[in-house]
Amino acid sequence: MKPLISLSGLTKSFGDVEVLKGIEAEIGEGEFFSLLGPSGCGKTTLLRIIAGFETPTSGALLLGGQNMAGVPANKRPTNMVFQSYAVFPHLSVAQNVGFGLRRSGLSQTEKGKKIEEALGMVGLAGYGGRAAHALSGGQRQRVALARALILEPKVLLLDEPLSALDKKLREQMQSELRRLQRQVGITFILVTHDQEEALIMSDRIAVMFDGQIAQLAAPQELYRRPVSRRVGDFIGVMNFLPADGRLEEGRDIVLDIAGLGRTVVEQDQCPAGFVNGSGAVGVRPESLQILFEGEQARGEVAKGEVAEVIYYGDMTYYEIALPGAPERLTVSMKNRAGRPVLERGVAARLEWDASSLIYFPA
Amino acid sequence: MISWGVFHWKHAPFESPPKLLPQCRKSPLERAGVSHNLGRTTEHVSGDVGLSAGHGLSDAKKGLLLAAPPGLYAVLLLAVPLGAVLLLSFWSQDFLTLDRTFTLKNYREAFTEPLYMLLLGRSLLIAGAVTIATVVLAFPIAYFVSFYVRPERKSLWIFLITIPFWTSYLIRVFLWKVILGYNGVLNSSLQGLGIIEEPLTFILYNANAVVITLAHAFAPFAILPIFVALEKIDRSLLEASRDLGEGKFRTFTRVTLPLAMPGVVAAILIVFIPTIGDYVTPRLVGGPDGLMIANMIQTQFLKLNNAPLGAALAVIAMLSVSLISLGIVLATMRWMKGGK
Repeated sequence: MKPLISLSGLTKSFGDVEVLKGIEAEIGEGEFFSLLGPSGCGKTTLLRIIAGFETPTSGALLLGGQNMAGVPANKRPTNMVFQSYAVFPHLSVAQNVGFGLRRSGLSQTEKGKKIEEALGMVGLAGYGGRAAHALSGGQRQRVALARALILEPKVLLLDEPLSALDKKLREQMQSELRRLQRQVGITFILVTHDQEEALIMSDRIAVMFDGQIAQLAAPQELYRRPVSRRVGDFIGVMNFLPADGRLEEGRDIVLDIAGLGRTVVEQDQCPAGFVNGSGAVGVRPESLQILFEGEQARGEVAKGEVAEVIYYGDMTYYEIALPGAPERLTVSMKNRAGRPVLERGVAARLEWDASSLIYFPA
Repeated sequence: MISWGVFHWKHAPFESPPKLLPQCRKSPLERAGVSHNLGRTTEHVSGDVGLSAGHGLSDAKKGLLLAAPPGLYAVLLLAVPLGAVLLLSFWSQDFLTLDRTFTLKNYREAFTEPLYMLLLGRSLLIAGAVTIATVVLAFPIAYFVSFYVRPERKSLWIFLITIPFWTSYLIRVFLWKVILGYNGVLNSSLQGLGIIEEPLTFILYNANAVVITLAHAFAPFAILPIFVALEKIDRSLLEASRDLGEGKFRTFTRVTLPLAMPGVVAAILIVFIPTIGDYVTPRLVGGPDGLMIANMIQTQFLKLNNAPLGAALAVIAMLSVSLISLGIVLATMRWMKGGK
């Protein structure tokens, strides 16, 4: 990966409030990069610093090897799709898309051709003459995208672009944005609070909490090996059980897990670095299995009771109460043919495997 | 304005409380099948006399009911006098009596006598100058308050801008006399500072004084609509313009100004329309060269006892204002549509 953007020691304070506390990251060329975190974690501020709308309190932002300090937004090779889309209401669709072409030196016909191309790319071919204020939310978003991409920026910045759309349209735009990014091959930086969206679209994700990057990794790595309980909890669903851990022969970790008992895991199942003492074990719902009648256990088995059943059609989520476990465990099961949906209150055998556990020392 | 008043006046009687209509007797309207809804209301209310008059009326009718009293008021105080003036302008004065035969004599006189056309032309010119001066000066103030004042301080600023209104219009005009006079505040200060030798005379008792005084008087009327239009501009639009490569100046001309235009047009109309008809300011600070058409209308009515000619002049002034205002509105509408 060739780095295009490098952030080093970036901090930002608004008055007494420190919004960013030393951001270190490198974002590659042609990468789909997401800044993911709950609201107030500083992700939008970071995006606005990259765009040039905010100046960092300290630290450096390099773009294509150039320090961006003192370079205003209109001189940066970045373009942004705003959360509100910021489509100019007094202009037509074509005038919106062509807004940034004023100084391109192109003739009117060349501009017209380029605008039509850009509109075609976002699926709005033939919409050029429409008034911008008459567009729907989804169409406005596409205009904002075309308007940014027509300038062929090195980086496209997307500030929660999908949060205002309804679910169906959002899913459609997710795959479309991904397709567009592959097509134009430029770096996309997406700000989102939706972990699913980040997993679906990104090459790499920076999870941010309280102005810091908690983990920067590819989606699979992030999902499988969260470095902290908080990251694991934020990305997808994760069950946590209190556990005590100690090193055995300086190699494997022996865990005493509430409700599951004693087991041994490997060192890389503790991504945060092992510390002797108490902590928590995390396990994903799909890593746990309910053994239905006649099914043979391949891993270890814990006995419990079905406390809650949530039926999703293709999946059923069970909450299993285990004796000795302080919290119920969520288990997701695919609804295969011939597999019954258990009822609340029945006894359940829970199969688990030590290799799917993640240990977080406290 | 006039047609609006008449519209409500025509409808107002229909909105009288339906419960007062006896159930057995149908109003002429209901018989004609005009007001189906009202008929139902009558039946409904008759069973429950205690219900309020507005209950069960459609929203549109409730709205009319609400607007009826001011509508009536507007008709009485605006449409009726206006009609009277219009009528009067087609009559003529025969020494002490009014000759009520229809004539265009007054209009002929108004258009042929150079003095009247001079006064009308001067009024339009002064009003135009006042409008331009006011809007050009008001815009930066509105812009400053909208873009640079902290949100929690904005209402304070708007409040401060209206302070000149706390005192009477007349007193403000007199104060300008004190400021602009031969031995006034401005002249003595400039002389005291050694900037000028002789007192400036072009600032009082002429058209300049009228423009200065009126521009000050109407400033808040221009600032407020422009401020409101600027407030409504989504700030991310300005960031988007910067993001798309435009600097501060181009962002202003391509985004801020076009979006503020409705407020600017409102300001232009609010200042221009009443300024043409102003007669207090030209009378007090205008001197002989600063008199405007309204002064002549007043003279015709009160001093020369020629109300019909005064009425004709008033109608002509009113039509000029209407046509120019319409022109401004149409021009801006076209500009906004085909705007860049």
